[in-house]
Amino acid sequence: MPKDFDVIIIGGGATGAGTARDCALRGLKVLLLEREDLASGASGRNHGLLHSGARYAVRDSESAEECIKENKILRSIASNCVEDTGGLFITLPEDADTGYGLDYQKTFVEAPSVNPRLIGAVTVPDGSIDPFRLCSANITDAVLHGATVLTYTMVTEFILEGKTVTGVRTVNTRTGETAEYHAPVTVNAAGIWAHGIAELAGVVINMYPAKGALLVFGHRVNNVVINRCRKSADGDILVPGDSVTVIGTTSTRIPFSECDHMAVTREEVELLLREGCALCPSLANTRILRAYAGVRPLVASDDDPTGRSISRGIVVLDHKTRDGIDGFITITGGKLMTYRLMAELATDAVCRKLSVHAECKTAETPLPGSADGRISSIIKRFPGKPTAGQKGAAGRQGDLAGKIRFDNPADCALVCECENVTLAEIKYAVSELGVRTLSDLRRRTRIGMGTCQGTFCIRKAAKALAEALGDPSLADKLAADYLDERWKGLCPVGWGDTLREMEFMQRVYKFEKPYSYDEV
Amino acid sequence: MQERFISANNFEQCQKCSLCETVCPVMANNPAYAGPKRSGPDGERYRLKNGIFFEDSLKYCLNCKRCEVACPSGVRIADLIQQARIDFARKAPKLRDLMLASTDQVGPMASAFAPVANFALGLPPVKGILDFTLGIDRHRTLPKYSGETFVHWFRKNAASSQAAFKRQISYFHGCYANFNYPQLGRDFTAVMNAFGIGVNLIDERCCGVAKIANGMIPAATRDAKHNINVFRASVAAGRDVITVSTTCTMTLLEEYPELLKVDNADVKGHISLVEPFLYKAIASGELKPVWKEGWKARAAYHCPCHQERLGLGIFTTELLKMIPGLELTELPSNCCGIAGTYGFKKENYKVSQQIGKPLFDSIKAAAPDFVVCECETCKWQIEMSTGVTVKNPVSILAEALDLEKTLELNRS
Repeated sequence: MPKDFDVIIIGGGATGAGTARDCALRGLKVLLLEREDLASGASGRNHGLLHSGARYAVRDSESAEECIKENKILRSIASNCVEDTGGLFITLPEDADTGYGLDYQKTFVEAPSVNPRLIGAVTVPDGSIDPFRLCSANITDAVLHGATVLTYTMVTEFILEGKTVTGVRTVNTRTGETAEYHAPVTVNAAGIWAHGIAELAGVVINMYPAKGALLVFGHRVNNVVINRCRKSADGDILVPGDSVTVIGTTSTRIPFSECDHMAVTREEVELLLREGCALCPSLANTRILRAYAGVRPLVASDDDPTGRSISRGIVVLDHKTRDGIDGFITITGGKLMTYRLMAELATDAVCRKLSVHAECKTAETPLPGSADGRISSIIKRFPGKPTAGQKGAAGRQGDLAGKIRFDNPADCALVCECENVTLAEIKYAVSELGVRTLSDLRRRTRIGMGTCQGTFCIRKAAKALAEALGDPSLADKLAADYLDERWKGLCPVGWGDTLREMEFMQRVYKFEKPYSYDEV
Repeated sequence: MQERFISANNFEQCQKCSLCETVCPVMANNPAYAGPKRSGPDGERYRLKNGIFFEDSLKYCLNCKRCEVACPSGVRIADLIQQARIDFARKAPKLRDLMLASTDQVGPMASAFAPVANFALGLPPVKGILDFTLGIDRHRTLPKYSGETFVHWFRKNAASSQAAFKRQISYFHGCYANFNYPQLGRDFTAVMNAFGIGVNLIDERCCGVAKIANGMIPAATRDAKHNINVFRASVAAGRDVITVSTTCTMTLLEEYPELLKVDNADVKGHISLVEPFLYKAIASGELKPVWKEGWKARAAYHCPCHQERLGLGIFTTELLKMIPGLELTELPSNCCGIAGTYGFKKENYKVSQQIGKPLFDSIKAAAPDFVVCECETCKWQIEMSTGVTVKNPVSILAEALDLEKTLELNRS
């Protein structure tokens, strides 16, 4: 394992993964450090909305332009992560002062569950994007171009020579093993945790943890994104993603100490449900699978206490010019939509420091898996009639699904029946995509993300993962950790069918836990 | 498209308990079938995203609806599967499926040439040709056609005497009683008349179940609308609609609104199978049976899958238990495997017989004089596979009732 690199990137979210890829494509020797798993922070805890930018068109034209440019780029380079659903901005009578009443009759065809009280609708080029797949594809490409990626590796301190950062000390959060890595440049791409990372280097960034809560509904109630045409407020975007619908978000300032232990409150659930029903009344009768929350890494620019009026603009900080610390760059602000542009800007800054002259190619080069984004043509590569598991794999892994070994019939058995995940795909994810826990596996394959939230499949998956990790005795611990994590998301919505599912889960696995998240 | 989202809104009540899989007769016998949970609620979530996730194997579902009876969460699993087949199985029906499904069009032709048709359909070379050209399995005994349809018989022999009865009902005889087994219609008329009830025929069309199963939705919907209008007129004239076929009844009551989106709410309460109708009326003392002295028989009751789905099997057994001379055994609940036109298809024949085996074995073990069953396709399957005669409960009543004395008692 080498210890010396051209650049160390801290953070395995979209920005970090994108920066690792960009740096690797430009010929740099890259090390990426992530203290948990890829996309385990805000990158994996959002709508999964491929913004058109329309949301920002009125108040923040710079963000709006960035959005629509990146929207077009992502459609071409990340076709496997993007679903071209299209989007609508609908105007309800109570928002009449902000909306426009264009041709909305056909809205009911495109979005049959939309609130029929609407008085206007505008079509926008929204889509949905799978952030887990996106991060994973960036990492896969970075690794293909020589990058080293270490997950569950936390930076504990910087190695400073005078006023220059020359490396980092790390600890493996699973084994406790410590290590040192050196590079002339370190990029801080740790999302909201960039604040704490900067502090380690003696630098202060005024960051703004704004919690956003979301709800996942059990199926797609529409096949288009629905935005509410009004001033930005809570719960006004509804996104169909894979087999579910996601409503969000809220925006609440929280202390840094809460960023690692976020709980969705009853008030947030009620608010999202109320606003969701304004977009689609049928959500009132649709099962909620779970609730989750992420933290936006906003950079404070004024005193607005809600965090709404802050520009979602990209912030690149060269700490040499800003704070007199050389070899250290922070990339923050921005949003999932502009991760590639953020990565490009960060990589430009890295190259300037290293005096490397190389052009950014990430806007034109398709990500692995996205060379052919259509499920219909990918499944033709499988011999014979494609199975449910193969179709599912094609949807998730894109053209990389061809690397999954379906030749052993036992491996073709479905493990997760909600999301059509086979043993073969699990084995592929474990060997190729850096899986350590069942949550990692979920982010790569959607296992356990369906209606039963893992009740039906997770023991089988735990056995497969434990065997692949070389220690079959790990299986129980892996399954228990996973169920704990699912339980956390189930608690805030624990009524009706969800409560029945929780009861079923408890009986199947013989555990007893409090039903209120406050007590967990 | 709109209906898809709205009608499917209850499938995520599924808790994945998998009870449906334990009762699915196909899953146990055909590994190519993914089973009710995956074909129904699980598959639906992905079909909503993209029709490419539709699985061909849904065609193996025989729509027995045992999964729905078992489901503790009230998911309409079989309806989800039928609906998906309607929405996504775009392939045009084969000639064979058209012929099997169009019971009301093939019936009149076959009836007109019944002796020839029955003789020919029984010949091994003809069966071989049907097997080879159409894919109707050669091992299958094909239903016989009657030379005189029930409707023809009724007009000639019974129609004129019906008005004399104080109470009147409309009789939905279905294709089977009309073309294949008019005796059932004659038995029905005899029993009703004995109880002082006049029978009226209505301008009925095929209920459409075979058309739905074979993907002929526009034709089925046209017939459904026609039938419901005819029922409305009948109900307005004070005549409830009484049926004899389980599956026709389920189609009229459940499949019309759920699958064909034909509203029947206003007439639903006035459509009844004959067994619940008679049981309730006899139990309440409204109708009074007089049974034949010395009539004796040993019978075994097979409850058809759709009778179980409707929850009406108990009316039949309770009605039959009223017959003093009848020794009744209730067979364990099993699917006979034919499922309407399903078992006639070459690709399903083997599975169909495997599914039915537990039932056939239990019938052979019970060794009754005859099997009682409300369903005509169960009758074909059981008679072909066990050699034991199958009788409709109405025909048993017609045998066991002293028709004249019953009429005397109910006339007053």
